Amino acid sequence: MTKNPTKLKGAQILLECLHREKVKVIFGYPGGSVLDVYNALYESSLQHILVRHEQAAVHAADGYARVTGDVGVCLVTSGPGATNTVTGLATAYMDSIPIVVFTGQVPTMLIGNDAFQEADIVGISRPCTKHNYLVKSVAELPRIIKEAFYIARSGRPGPVLVDLPKDIIGAEIDFVYPEKIDMRSYRPTYKGNRRQIVRAVEEIAKSKKPVIYAGGGVVLSNASHELTSCARHFQIPVTTTLMGMGCYPGTDPQSLGMLGMHGTYRANMAVSNCDLLIAVGARFDDRVTGDLNSFAAGATVIHIDIDPTSISKNIKVTIPIVGDCREILKEMIEVAGEKQVKKADRKAWFDEIAGWKTKHSMEYHMEDIIKPQYVVEKLYELTKGKAIITTEVGQNQMWAAQYYIFDEPRKFLTSGGLGTMGYGFPAAIGAQVANPKATVIDIAGDGSIQMNIQELATAVQYGLPVKIAILNNMCLGMVRQWQQLFYKKRYAHSTFARHPDFVKLAEAYGAVGLRAEKPGEVESVIKKALAVKDRPVIMDFVVDPEECVYPMVPAGAPISNMILL
Amino acid sequence: MRHTISVLVDNRPGVLSRIAGLFSGRGFNIESLSVNETLDPTMSQMTIVTRGDDRILEQINKQLNKLIDIIKVVDYESSGSDFIERELALIKVNVDEHKRSEILSIIDIFRCKVVDVSRTHYTVEVTGDENKIKAILDLFRPLGIKEIVRSGKAAMLREHKIKG
Repeated sequence: MTKNPTKLKGAQILLECLHREKVKVIFGYPGGSVLDVYNALYESSLQHILVRHEQAAVHAADGYARVTGDVGVCLVTSGPGATNTVTGLATAYMDSIPIVVFTGQVPTMLIGNDAFQEADIVGISRPCTKHNYLVKSVAELPRIIKEAFYIARSGRPGPVLVDLPKDIIGAEIDFVYPEKIDMRSYRPTYKGNRRQIVRAVEEIAKSKKPVIYAGGGVVLSNASHELTSCARHFQIPVTTTLMGMGCYPGTDPQSLGMLGMHGTYRANMAVSNCDLLIAVGARFDDRVTGDLNSFAAGATVIHIDIDPTSISKNIKVTIPIVGDCREILKEMIEVAGEKQVKKADRKAWFDEIAGWKTKHSMEYHMEDIIKPQYVVEKLYELTKGKAIITTEVGQNQMWAAQYYIFDEPRKFLTSGGLGTMGYGFPAAIGAQVANPKATVIDIAGDGSIQMNIQELATAVQYGLPVKIAILNNMCLGMVRQWQQLFYKKRYAHSTFARHPDFVKLAEAYGAVGLRAEKPGEVESVIKKALAVKDRPVIMDFVVDPEECVYPMVPAGAPISNMILL
Repeated sequence: MRHTISVLVDNRPGVLSRIAGLFSGRGFNIESLSVNETLDPTMSQMTIVTRGDDRILEQINKQLNKLIDIIKVVDYESSGSDFIERELALIKVNVDEHKRSEILSIIDIFRCKVVDVSRTHYTVEVTGDENKIKAILDLFRPLGIKEIVRSGKAAMLREHKIKG
């Protein structure tokens, strides 16, 4: 406990708590209920990024959290300010991203009175937050903030919302920041059960055809190094989910690439034919498994996850290990000790996989018109694979995942679970704020970029050189693709008759606008964009509107049943 | 299969809503629910009766445990322990001269109480497990029930028997 408590207002307490939690930046938008907090911010050293829509504030905080591993923070007003955060909260919840969102609320006296700009945001956000709080007295504010950060970042991370009535943030109290947290009802398990770990290592030793299936949990627990060591130690090929991208080096010979609906042929075949599947920080999402009965049907399943609810939710697990991926992977190597698996012992399995690799699943035919895959390949080449890539949702997201190869975690930011269009650009802003010198590129579609395009103003205001690569096919490509394949080419409301001129639009915002209409122009446009260091750039790539994402597993089919080009 | 689950929670506003939301949001079913403060006023005890196969029950158990405000979850059926369960029902039965003695004898047999009397109705209070309440309702039904109100189930583990 601090020795000499000082009298502070709720608003000052909030800022003081943020300071103690080592928060450097918040993304926000002011309004009536939070004016006291903004008044305190006026003389604070805390960096505040003023967005143009509250949804973007949450996505930006989310992007900031994904690249740094720290908790992202937002501040918005009551009512519509609060309700606008819901999509961002749900996005972060599905992908287990640690953020804390502070919302204003009408004064305690007026709660329930249908007051101006009142919304029951605690009620609204309950199913899409890890936890949430309505602060009822200023005395409990420090403890609640401390708990909020603790809950957001510990266990399986997730978003936490703290609702702050106007009278609470205006009230004064002696400020004491609790140093410890003790929540009898929340104690995440980090250490894996030793016996289960030993069993897992024994299974691996017995296995002839093992596969590691690594997800976002590996990124969240910073376990990439341990995962890589494990894969090498036991000579196991690794496939990653969309969320796990980069948690195992994509260019490594043992990498199988992504699995699932738009995964690689070899990843899906390896999983379908393996005798041991080791799931690490992954949750057997339907876009990964396809038909559940045939998914890794012949395999023993080891599942390492910090969240017990993920285990045996979709797939019966033989050896569940609840705990932190990093700790458990480390312990597995330790248990195995000298008993390293030799390359020769796995030769037959790797040869079988090499056979599947000859079937080139990632393919497209170059023509006069720009192919979207070509744009992503060029982005990869010209950034030497070092950029932070964010995506929107749909074809752009899948092409980014297929053609940009990640050797490191926290470089690929995408709304994997919720599939939120409009996520990529604000997330890129958050990533750029965290890493002002990094190259940050939002690989976007012409549909989804328009869902948060107003944030160009934010990026311009703060001189953030975020690059937006619009793969412009004048349609909602993934919707169009499904209509083509499964709805007899009845393209109901998936094509756009007109778009704004994205180049002029960029210029109107004070950003740079560039366009490529022929394959020969792609490289020079990217080079020009990469040279801009003080403002955002839109690259409008006019691409083949007919192009589809292949390979593809139809929804609900076995993942070995791939439609190849 | 039906399961009776005991849930110990932090006694805070919104906890019930979190649990109700979890059940509805994940497509689980609540058949009966009772909540009250425990000896320690900072905690509440809930008894939830639900239905599902083993996989669903495992999820219900884990999902409940995942909620931040929840301290402890015990599924009585799966725990294999013996437990006591009670429900309360208030039953308003029609009475007239011909039925009175029959009603009173049922009340006597079932050891329940008449808690309110009017010229035309008896209000009967009955506690017991579900079967007992079902049985008494079956007996009263032909005599004419005006109204019933039933509580959720309350359940508690038995202490270990003293070995003789």
